[in-house]
Amino acid sequence: MSERIPGFSTLAIHAGAQPDPTTGARATPIYQTTSYVFESVDHAASLFSLQTFGNIYTRIGNPTNAVLEERVAALEGGTAGLAVASGHAAQVLVFHCLLQPGDEFVASKKLYGGSINQFTHAFKNFGWNVVWADPDDISSFERAVSPKTKAIFTESIANPGGVITDMAAVAQIAKRAGVPYIVDNTLATPYLCKPIDHGADIVVHSLTKFLGGHGNSIGGVIVDAGTFDWSRERRYPMLCEPRPEYHGIVLHETFGNFAFAIACRVLALRDIGPALSPFNAFLILTGIETLPLRMRKHCDNALAVAQWVVAHPKVAWASYPGLPGDRFHNLAKKYCPNGAGAVFTFGLKGGYEAGVRLVSKVNLFSHLANIGDTRSLIIHPASTTHRQLSDAQKIEAGAGPDVVRLSIGIEDVEDIIGDLDQALAD
Amino acid sequence: MDHDSYSDAHIRGILNTVRTIAMVGASQKANRPSYFAFKYLLERGYRMIPINPGHAGHELLGQRMYARLTDVPEPVDMVDIFRSSRHALPIVQEALALKPPPRVIWMQLGVRNDEAAALAEANGLKVVMNRCPKIEYGRLSSEIAWMGVNTRTISSKKTTAGGIQRLSLDRSSMRGGSTEAAAAAERARRED
Repeated sequence: MSERIPGFSTLAIHAGAQPDPTTGARATPIYQTTSYVFESVDHAASLFSLQTFGNIYTRIGNPTNAVLEERVAALEGGTAGLAVASGHAAQVLVFHCLLQPGDEFVASKKLYGGSINQFTHAFKNFGWNVVWADPDDISSFERAVSPKTKAIFTESIANPGGVITDMAAVAQIAKRAGVPYIVDNTLATPYLCKPIDHGADIVVHSLTKFLGGHGNSIGGVIVDAGTFDWSRERRYPMLCEPRPEYHGIVLHETFGNFAFAIACRVLALRDIGPALSPFNAFLILTGIETLPLRMRKHCDNALAVAQWVVAHPKVAWASYPGLPGDRFHNLAKKYCPNGAGAVFTFGLKGGYEAGVRLVSKVNLFSHLANIGDTRSLIIHPASTTHRQLSDAQKIEAGAGPDVVRLSIGIEDVEDIIGDLDQALAD
Repeated sequence: MDHDSYSDAHIRGILNTVRTIAMVGASQKANRPSYFAFKYLLERGYRMIPINPGHAGHELLGQRMYARLTDVPEPVDMVDIFRSSRHALPIVQEALALKPPPRVIWMQLGVRNDEAAALAEANGLKVVMNRCPKIEYGRLSSEIAWMGVNTRTISSKKTTAGGIQRLSLDRSSMRGGSTEAAAAAERARRED
């Protein structure tokens, strides 16, 4: 029983998984079942009242999903995880456990467009009020905090603009405010950056992107860092007060430093319901086994493509923190020393028309609204994902008319550059 | 003994060898953490003895309750303290008066009393503080992984399932106790 800490690649393959206790199957089986028989009436009662660990119903927990949860928690250095149907679902569950109607949270305004939509529109209907702050001006987070603030939210590497958040500085502000700091680590993955090391209390992911990595499954995950003191901050009734859903148990007393992950499961996922299919969990788990290899190649390719793009005569600018001289290069060296990810934007001198022309002419790049696939992907946000925003909002979100976003895949880099070369040619 | 970070070998050694556990502060209320832990450990095959002066003579899950440790008519391997930290010292003093004394003092999640721990250790007892034996059993057996918990163990061995998942505790550990971030947060809180 040696107690050594396995490396990242070992955890990516082994954490959470072991041969099936019944069949000896070495790959994680897909437990494609809705429900699980109880040993006895008393066992059932113990499960329903959270007195023992086990499976009841796949909306609340599933053994395939559990392997995925433990694996991502181990890779992030957290105490526990919860896998759900999508990254968006992960965010709904996290905020459901933290906010009451009328509460506020502070969020970076440099976020994935889907998160901006969710926070602005859907959350408004729940009475959860977002207050935006600017990651280029960290003090704006401090100014945005009010007595109603219950959380602070940023991305590690922000989508799409290659903005790297100074997480340690934001974490200090969250600590002073006595609120948990939530980081969406989708673009970096724990291979490139571990937000918990920089003060994050909760990490969320869209598993759909680099973690799954093959563009075949939608999924999301919540990781509890186990760092937030729910017993001191009494403003979170889901964690600190007797829960009528479970005969008056107090979750943080019962579950200690993984109480938040349990709250997300037994209060939020149980009652709101965005469960992950075990088949998707299996595909994502298989993807994670090669995460270190893929991220290395994604980052190497992305740097080479960014260097080529920025030197192209039709390109006005490129925003990739891996490029020396990029305004986020120093933050990238601090937070993502092994690579600045594989998603970046650049601006075409020809503006909106040139962007439309480029996405129409590519042959290897796929024109679609996703990132983090083995395949190289391209999108012109102004004509697609950000189309409904005003011109001013587009520019604010880093999606001005001239902007093209690339997600660099793991094909041969000569072919990736060759495709851009022919598509940019007259 | 570093009470901020226990090795899994320390915890595993205790849970694999103790048989009789007296739980001081065991509650009859089914929503209290002590009830959860008592029931779980009872189901895992430990002989569980509930101690609670308010309920002496009654039963908890079929086990007779006693007012104090010294009333227990049989040897006890481990005393599990489910009382606030300031009550730990007199409980350890009482435990040391038992004949024979227990081998282990365990203080629950949120309970830490360094003076009580030092006294127990000076008398040759093993001590665990601020941990829950239910959580540790679930973690080291990986049963708690069904709840998405990072057990910080890995294994390439097929486990044997039996009864209500009485699984082996003997897995390879990555590191003891807690994650680095959670342990650091815990230390920082205590230094505040």
